[in-house]
Amino acid sequence: MIALIGLVAGVVLGLLFEPTVPLWLQPYLPIAIVAALDAMFGGVRARLEGIFDEKVFVVSFVSNTIIAALIVFLGDQLGVGSQLSTGVVVVLGIRIFSNAAAIRRKLFGA
Amino acid sequence: MSDVEPQTPDEQAPEERETSAKQEPEETPGFLDLLRPRTTLGQLAGGLLCVLLGFALVTQVRSTQRDTTFATARQDELVGILSDLSQRSERLRGDLRDLEGTKAELERDVQGGTALEEARRRATTYGLLAGTLPAEGPGIELLIGDPRGAVRSVNLLDTLQELRDAGAEVIQINEVRAGVNTYFLDAPGGIEVDGRILRAPYRFLAIGDPHTMTTALNIPGGVIKTLQNAGASTTVTPRTRLTISAVRSG
Repeated sequence: MIALIGLVAGVVLGLLFEPTVPLWLQPYLPIAIVAALDAMFGGVRARLEGIFDEKVFVVSFVSNTIIAALIVFLGDQLGVGSQLSTGVVVVLGIRIFSNAAAIRRKLFGA
Repeated sequence: MSDVEPQTPDEQAPEERETSAKQEPEETPGFLDLLRPRTTLGQLAGGLLCVLLGFALVTQVRSTQRDTTFATARQDELVGILSDLSQRSERLRGDLRDLEGTKAELERDVQGGTALEEARRRATTYGLLAGTLPAEGPGIELLIGDPRGAVRSVNLLDTLQELRDAGAEVIQINEVRAGVNTYFLDAPGGIEVDGRILRAPYRFLAIGDPHTMTTALNIPGGVIKTLQNAGASTTVTPRTRLTISAVRSG
């Protein structure tokens, strides 16, 4: 519940302040967001399966975003930034889909 | 993170144990159970992270909507765009060179236009000389009275030739424009000029330098002397502005 409220609050804050993404963050923010979305879906799934743990959620959330951004950063340094970020997005997308499938199975039993 | 292996309740901290213990009996909690507020530190941290996520999400969406092309592009994409632009610029530069060439040609053509203007001017000059155009300018008027009918065609021809020699450019005799092939014939009651019978007095209009022509006509033993000897009256009048309107066809 708090997470849901927090999400809504964050969206509202973003709409209110209309912040601009700093230049150094621009390549990494989208990937970090996808990673965070993956973490969030994972948290919901874990909660539905009754194995949710706040500490795991927080740590996985933070580390996922940081690692995703780090991978993209590394890719940029290696000159394969766009390919690597595509790869990261694909992997995270697959995970989001599997998490969403698990959530769906728990909620609707199908 | 869902993929992390589930922690058993035994490993959990004591304060988290209580919350877990409450939901443990129902193995699969319902959706409404998800929404039940729990206020532990971890929950608050998760909520905070979700605030951050929502904020970042909206920010990113906004910035993506704002500047679609370059701000989110990666370095190699930008390099690709740059090289595309360089190629296009090179192509456009080639177009520019072509257009410059065309422009230069057109400018040369403008000089052709001046040549055309020059040709037109010379055509006007030749038209004046050939007698196909009306003319205007300084000149003299020579009036030859012939009370005794003594003026022959040869006298008029001499007059015409004298005027031409003196630099007359355009000559009109009565209403006949003199040309290169003008002829004089003695005719009953007058002189036939270019097929027309002219009668005295004969009036020459000549455009040219008035002083030169007057001098040429008045030289001793010249045209005027001959005419006067023949019994004709002559009057030379310099004019600053003569209009010769008679034209020859063709």
